[in-house]
Amino acid sequence: MELNGAQIVMQSLKEEGVEFLFGYPGGAVLHLYDAIFQQDDVKHILVRHEQGATHAADAYARATGKPGVVLVTSGPGATNAVTGIATAYMDSIPMVIISGQVSLPVIGSDAFQEVDMVGITRPCVKHNFLVKDVNQLAETIKKAFYIATTGRPGPVVVDIPKDITSPLVKVPFKYPKKVSMRSYNPAVQGHKGQIKRAIDLLVNAQRPIIYSGGGVILGNASEELIKFTRMLEYPITNTLMGLGAYPGTDPQFVGMLGMHGTYEANMAMHESDLIIAIGARFDDRVTGKLTEFCPYAQVIHIDVDPASISKTVKVDVPIVGEVKPVLEHMIELLEEGKKRPNKKALEAWWNQINQWRAVNCLEYDRESNLIKPQYVIEQLYQVTKGDAIITSDVGQHQMWAAQYYPFDKPRRWINSGGLGTMGFGLPAAIGVKLAFPDTEVACVTGEASIQMCIQELSTALQYKTPIKIINLNNRYMGMVRQWQEFSYESRYSHSYMDTIPDFVKLAEAYGHVGMRIEKPEDVRPTLEAAFALKDRTVFIDFMTDRTENVYPMIEAGKAHHDMKLRVAPGTLTDRELA
Amino acid sequence: MRHMIAILIENESGALSRVAGLFSARGYNIQSLTVAPTEDPSLSRMTLVTCGSEEIIEQITKQLNKLIDVVKLIDLAESVHIERELMLIKVKATEHTREELKRLVDIFRGKIIDVTSTSYVIEMTGSTDKLDAFMSTLDPAHLIEVVRSGPIGISRGEKGLHL
Ligand SMILES: Cc1cc2nc3c(=O)[nH]c(=O)nc-3n(C[C@H](O)[C@H](O)[C@H](O)COP(=O)(O)OP(=O)(O)OC[C@H]3O[C@@H](n4cnc5c(N)ncnc54)[C@H](O)[C@@H]3O)c2cc1C
Ligand SMILES: Cc1ncc(C[n+]2csc(CCOP(=O)(O)OP(=O)(O)O)c2C)c(N)n1
Ligand SMILES: [Mg+2]
Repeated sequence: MELNGAQIVMQSLKEEGVEFLFGYPGGAVLHLYDAIFQQDDVKHILVRHEQGATHAADAYARATGKPGVVLVTSGPGATNAVTGIATAYMDSIPMVIISGQVSLPVIGSDAFQEVDMVGITRPCVKHNFLVKDVNQLAETIKKAFYIATTGRPGPVVVDIPKDITSPLVKVPFKYPKKVSMRSYNPAVQGHKGQIKRAIDLLVNAQRPIIYSGGGVILGNASEELIKFTRMLEYPITNTLMGLGAYPGTDPQFVGMLGMHGTYEANMAMHESDLIIAIGARFDDRVTGKLTEFCPYAQVIHIDVDPASISKTVKVDVPIVGEVKPVLEHMIELLEEGKKRPNKKALEAWWNQINQWRAVNCLEYDRESNLIKPQYVIEQLYQVTKGDAIITSDVGQHQMWAAQYYPFDKPRRWINSGGLGTMGFGLPAAIGVKLAFPDTEVACVTGEASIQMCIQELSTALQYKTPIKIINLNNRYMGMVRQWQEFSYESRYSHSYMDTIPDFVKLAEAYGHVGMRIEKPEDVRPTLEAAFALKDRTVFIDFMTDRTENVYPMIEAGKAHHDMKLRVAPGTLTDRELA
Repeated sequence: MRHMIAILIENESGALSRVAGLFSARGYNIQSLTVAPTEDPSLSRMTLVTCGSEEIIEQITKQLNKLIDVVKLIDLAESVHIERELMLIKVKATEHTREELKRLVDIFRGKIIDVTSTSYVIEMTGSTDKLDAFMSTLDPAHLIEVVRSGPIGISRGEKGLHL
């Protein structure tokens, strides 16, 4: 078969099983858009800003496990995509971004809409390519998908000069079935000896805790994690990125850990004598002060990326491999072996943990006559029966969603953790809804974040992706205000906007339904009414308590046991317990 | 500690900038970096001298290995190895200094490879220390130009870095 470059791109995407291509046209990709016009296999989703395309494709990948695919033009199209590429990179999300480039002969001449995309994205991609020969186009695309989806996943950019996609040059096309690269062979199985050592440590631990992260979701190993955890009967905590890998409503789950983790999770980490990190990367939001991190614990770490191991925290038993086969192997060893955890020690450990639990660190003032953001999330959980896919933006609302909406399944909680990109939530919800049209999708956001990609409301209408936008409107960049309250004597420097749009009118202008809620008693009925509008996107603007803060909080530079707790009816302080 | 890392990398445009970019983005230090194609023209060999604590060197080698273009690498500091650096020096060679310079070059087993009535170009190879020692014997006032290649290295014995 002889095809031109543009046709090769589309045919390759088809062969990769790509359903959606999130994109925005421009000069350098006109040949490609012409090829898109002449096929129906890959559905193109026209966003309103290239950042929206990257977040939508990224979230599609997070929700489905399949790579998200983006197409942008050269120059401003390419630079607009960079924030979204970096967002995916930080959270290890598989994505292929095709960017147009100026024609080969004019590269380097400051041609119209030329930017060095390979240079600009180099620090925020897993890999990138500049295609210089149409004969290598198909193989390069194959490599891009292979690299993006294997090992530690990540975004891959394929920069294609305009002349490479010219309709005038046709070359034989055959999409490679497989690629192998001598320089890229990610580990899959863990080292047998290390796994044995890990099991020995595990069964002999007195105060163990399982600390699992996004790697379990990326590696589709939730089932194995659940089995492993239940066999051992150990407490388990998840990172922000790992939520849902272990059921959030299960009694062995002690909640999220880290800066805004639960009291019991952080105390258990601090006091433990053995932690097993599974697909988690000891991020600074998780560890707090490094020199005081888990002072009594030995550390086992399973990670597919050797560079994640002993990067910030020294590991005693490193296991380089994919979570799924490693956990399978560990489960086998536990099943075969006679050694079992010490029942007495475990009982004492759980007693201790239950005392920490009794602090009731997530309790808040339920008598307030203002809308408490936590209450909105709890009601959202009930109205959706815990079954929705929740996307979020970045800020206090993100933390409340993570704390008050327990996820029982993986790929239900879609948020930007590593880069913390405001503007992520709305395009993400569109990407998810396209993949799962029959599942409820809600975007939890704040009045500042939502304005960063608000234009995608128009995309939601065009592609009929009915989502529910839960705007926790505290008239503050709440997360910034909270830090200013705690660390800058409440000098609220530019952490609020003197003008906020009328979101109800705005939603209506974009062709959707808008609602504004000011009283706690209206929260539940409004949510019910909104979710009853099955085929409409609804923007619900909740006027929440402006002064509410996210607790618990480990302030920057502090250790796990040094948490600021909320004082509210129903909570106990540490001291009261002792 | 000082480490010499030898890297086999795909001989592709941009590969060098990935390595250089990694070092600047992660704040690692590069003392010297040399690169040239190998006997297999699809591969380049890079020699990188860096320094840092054991933890930092471990991260550097892991991060380098993670670059898709990097095929293989070794930290030469982990084994007995030989290092050589090439230096070319242009010095003023006047009537009074010519003989003395020639003697010094001989002692250090260097060569004079260009001669004019007023100057010499001296070629010298050896360990970085040896080249430093030679430099310290020269009067800075006589130096016109100095160019050093940065060291390259190879391990002793039969084992080698190849595919
Ligand atoms: C406002 C804000 C507040 C935050 N507060 C918190 C907080 O309180 N607590 C918290 O936990 N986070 C918090 N975060 C998120 C934090 O910044 C990090 O993104 C997060 O902690 C990282 O999660 P993770 O360790 O699970 O790693 P991920 O970023 O999910 O990385 C996954 C790890 O697993 C590995 N991996 C990938 N695939 C596989 C596989 N198949 N097999 C084996 N290993 C694999 C990867 O190599 C990597 O090391 C916050 C973020 C924001 C924006
Ligand atoms: C693009 C971007 N710019 C700035 C920040 C820093 N930042 C983190 S949270 C936040 C405030 C978010 O405000 P809002 O969306 O109203 O959420 P709230 O915290 O009030 O719930 C800011 C500015 C960021 N994370 N992303
Ligand atoms: Mg706000």
